[in-house]
Amino acid sequence: MSNIEPAPAERGAPGTPRVEVRDLTKRYGSVVALRGVNMELYSGEIVGLVGDNGAGKSTLVNIVAGALPPTSGTVLVDGQPVTFRTPIDARRAGIETVYQDLALAPDLSIWGNMFLGREKVVAGPMGRLGWLDRKEMMERTAEDLDRTKIRIPSVAARVGRLSGGQRQAVAVGRAVAWGSQVVLMDEPTAALGVEQQAKVAELIQTVAAENIAVLLISHNLPQVYEICHRVLVLFRGEIVANLRPSEVDIDDIVGWITGSAVAARRLHGDQA
Amino acid sequence: MSVSDEPREAAPADATQGDSIPAFQRFMERIGDLWTLGVLILLIVIFGIAAPSLFTKAAWLSTSSYAVEYLILAVGQTFVIITAGIDLSDGAALGFSGMAGALVMEHLINSHASDTLTVILGIATMLVAGLLVGLGNGLLITRLKLPPFIVTLGTLTAVTGFTNLLNHGTEITTLPNFITNLGTASILSGWLPIPVLIALAVAVIFGFVLARTRFGLRTYAIGSNEVGARRAGIRVDRHLVMVYAISGLLAGLAGLLVTANFSSATPLAGNNDELYAIASVAIGGASIFGGRGTIFGTFIGTAILSVLTTGLVLTNVAPFWQQVAIGFVVIAAVAIDRVRTRAGTD
Repeated sequence: MSNIEPAPAERGAPGTPRVEVRDLTKRYGSVVALRGVNMELYSGEIVGLVGDNGAGKSTLVNIVAGALPPTSGTVLVDGQPVTFRTPIDARRAGIETVYQDLALAPDLSIWGNMFLGREKVVAGPMGRLGWLDRKEMMERTAEDLDRTKIRIPSVAARVGRLSGGQRQAVAVGRAVAWGSQVVLMDEPTAALGVEQQAKVAELIQTVAAENIAVLLISHNLPQVYEICHRVLVLFRGEIVANLRPSEVDIDDIVGWITGSAVAARRLHGDQA
Repeated sequence: MSVSDEPREAAPADATQGDSIPAFQRFMERIGDLWTLGVLILLIVIFGIAAPSLFTKAAWLSTSSYAVEYLILAVGQTFVIITAGIDLSDGAALGFSGMAGALVMEHLINSHASDTLTVILGIATMLVAGLLVGLGNGLLITRLKLPPFIVTLGTLTAVTGFTNLLNHGTEITTLPNFITNLGTASILSGWLPIPVLIALAVAVIFGFVLARTRFGLRTYAIGSNEVGARRAGIRVDRHLVMVYAISGLLAGLAGLLVTANFSSATPLAGNNDELYAIASVAIGGASIFGGRGTIFGTFIGTAILSVLTTGLVLTNVAPFWQQVAIGFVVIAAVAIDRVRTRAGTD
């Protein structure tokens, strides 16, 4: 059992969290992947989720994203309990997961990727036949990507020609354009160079500034420390710390991740 | 917050990433479909010099009529290949639908049904027969999660067997006049046979479907990243069934035109056509790994094979050497395409 209750965020809307998980447990046979996890994500908040390999980060994200059912516990969106059977259910509830590269079609243009699955068609009988309104989609794509502040050569460019950071921008831009209220980012910078990582960091801050809740799963501790408002540490399936980078040292986070701080929990607990 | 200015300065580095691709590959990619068009023009010029009879009406009619069935099959094949699939059964579906429709028409003629009814039911049978083969392929591939190569290889064999069973392996020549006239009718003083017109119309219509509609966009998306397409909410299995159904339906249409062209339905019709259809698509620049290809490219690919065939005949190249030449053209085209593909995706 975690005895660390998540504190309400200073930033973002007070009151009801956008997404909340209560007493979430996931077992695989006798293996316990998550044990009584509580988490709250508020609008406009960037929350880092860190932990060693096997700590349960992916399991937690997959449950919130609708890709895995929990063994027990509740997921709430805007205070209402929800049951996600598929990631599509989660998307309808405004929760979008952005994977490194997975969701983009490299052979499609940027606008094609942005609108894939919810294409705009022209008005009239041609529209009923599925005739695409390419002009509208290109213009909307340019506007949406402008908000991410990452430069794109042209909305007609194939995604396969883009750099890693630009692809990440397209994936995030799509999530935002789809009206998502919560964006889960699973290792968004893992495959990127230093410059690109900085761009994605800026992108995440831009997204949060649009009052969207961001859950950032990352091994990139300096980045997490720099841009997150709160950092949750998972250790052996439990959230052992809920830290504010403004109040702790980066080495403290490392201590919680490796478990050396868990033993001394009481000493640090009141900081969390 | 110290990051806020640095990324903007770094932006040009992003833009120049594309320049790390070797100039030759970028050149190849920029040429795109045009290089195949160049090859086509080159072939016409070379064969035209070697055999000026290439520019006669007879040569044009023989070439274009020959191209009809390959173009129609290749249009369906283009959709299938863009989804990273393959349809080895479309030639077999052509033969099957031609025989099935002819069998229905023969029975109706023998039982003195009206000509209109005979023609309508006969054509409907051909289209439905092709459609059923395609639907069968699509359902086997998506429901049983079997590789398209294996499924369509199986249906190629099985459908060919059914075709022979329909009339004990013999041809059917009892056909309504409408069908036989369809094969010889033409417009523009005989320069444009109706079957050629139909094939061109099919290419134009499906070219627009592929390039300008939601269905086309999703076809590319599935071939480019199937998991991503599913995550975007696209019903991938349903879409794939439709793509194979289109390929089958077009094989049925080709079966009609081949039957009309020869004024008979033979179980041998469509035999090996799938190889020419796939070759046309490959020459046209589609990637067998999915996500790439255009109907315009496929059209050029079909034209190259047709001109090559006519040209080799007119220049008196022995038939066996024609096969050898066509085989090497296909390999050369795909080899060039590989260079282009590599240029495209890192």
